[in-house]
Amino acid sequence: MMNITSLIENKRSWNLVLAGIVLLGAGWIFLTRTPVTQATGGAPPPSPKEGFSAPTFSLDILNAENSTTKVSLTDYRGQVVMINFWATWCSPCREEMPAIQSVYEEYQEQGLVVLAVNTTFQDNEFDVGDFVAEYNLSFPILLDRSGEVSQQYQLRGLPSTYFVDQKGVIQAVIVGGPMKETMIRSRVEALLKEVP
Amino acid sequence: MFPSISIGPYLLQTPGLILILGVWAGTFLSEKEAERYSLNKDTISNLILYSLIAGLVGARLAFALRTPGVYLSSPLSLLALDATTLAPTKGLLIGITIAIIVIQRKNLPIRVILDALTPGLAIFMIAWATANILSGDAFGSPTDLPWAIQLWGENRHPVQFYDLIFAVIILGVILKKPFMDFGSGINFLFLFSLSSLVRLITEAFRGDSILWFGSIRAAQLVSLVLLIGTLWLIRDWSINSSTKSFSVSE
Repeated sequence: MMNITSLIENKRSWNLVLAGIVLLGAGWIFLTRTPVTQATGGAPPPSPKEGFSAPTFSLDILNAENSTTKVSLTDYRGQVVMINFWATWCSPCREEMPAIQSVYEEYQEQGLVVLAVNTTFQDNEFDVGDFVAEYNLSFPILLDRSGEVSQQYQLRGLPSTYFVDQKGVIQAVIVGGPMKETMIRSRVEALLKEVP
Repeated sequence: MFPSISIGPYLLQTPGLILILGVWAGTFLSEKEAERYSLNKDTISNLILYSLIAGLVGARLAFALRTPGVYLSSPLSLLALDATTLAPTKGLLIGITIAIIVIQRKNLPIRVILDALTPGLAIFMIAWATANILSGDAFGSPTDLPWAIQLWGENRHPVQFYDLIFAVIILGVILKKPFMDFGSGINFLFLFSLSSLVRLITEAFRGDSILWFGSIRAAQLVSLVLLIGTLWLIRDWSINSSTKSFSVSE
């Protein structure tokens, strides 16, 4: 303690300490800088987290005339995509669906894509059709029959929604619901405004 | 990572819960500390309350300003109880600004108040690190080290655990008040300088750093500036303190 007291008392000594810390700090910052290849190297790796590329998937679409018709996330690269995981028995999913439909109708022409992934592995496929008719949903309903995509997105609860920008990077993850229409519109509008 | 607990139809966000606990414990500790400094504990709790309210309102307004048209068409949405429509960094800055304004307008002894807030802030830092462990935020860069954790598809530095360990050490040091004799406000500056030093060190292992000049981690540069600034202030406040009389040599 005595030494620190005398250090602080003496302006010159204290300034020397500060100068030493500046040098050491600057050296540490330089040594631990991000490698240029990592800093500038293309798209982030895929993971279901903000700042990462949205994991790609390909799923069957509900009521497709051709049973082999699949929708793939990569088909929509360059567009703002909202991926919503849901189930018919999930009450907040039911509550937020009209809001999602309303936002979709409003922003569809500006390039918004909504992919509603039904967690079919824990739902009844026949109920899904009734649900879509009941809420008059016009966006694609995808069927995750094996649960593989839900696992890929490390689903922790329903509903879960991922807002993906035009570069394919997840910008927001909302776990739980129901989401308010204003919140959905605000996030979608902000993403649509971004220059790819 | 343990970001949520399902209780029936409800999904409880554990990081948010820990942060609320951190605010509560921090406020409690700061009130106790205020009494030790002969401050009215209501002064501290009111200051924290004003800052929290201002921070929350500011965070909501800042979020709404990103797309003002959306909120102008539905102004009542500004009052929605929705933690996902907040801009936390801007809210924090607004909360701090309001606290400074309140301190100045009420002519409160700012350095004593900062000291009273110090243990509470140290507790909140522990809560913050714990919340990051639960949510998986503030994650580390990929590594092959044996103590790496599997997170977001890769083995990564457990930076959140580094932060937690340092936060616990800092709390232990701060509670001992090693520089209390140096005058009012020094314990707070000491906390600030230690936190800046820790961030300067641990940011090097982060996988989500904001970069400046191509490859330099912004948080490290800011931390170094804050570290030097607080160390400079420690001397300035010490020699100007009425409780200490140094023979200053220029």
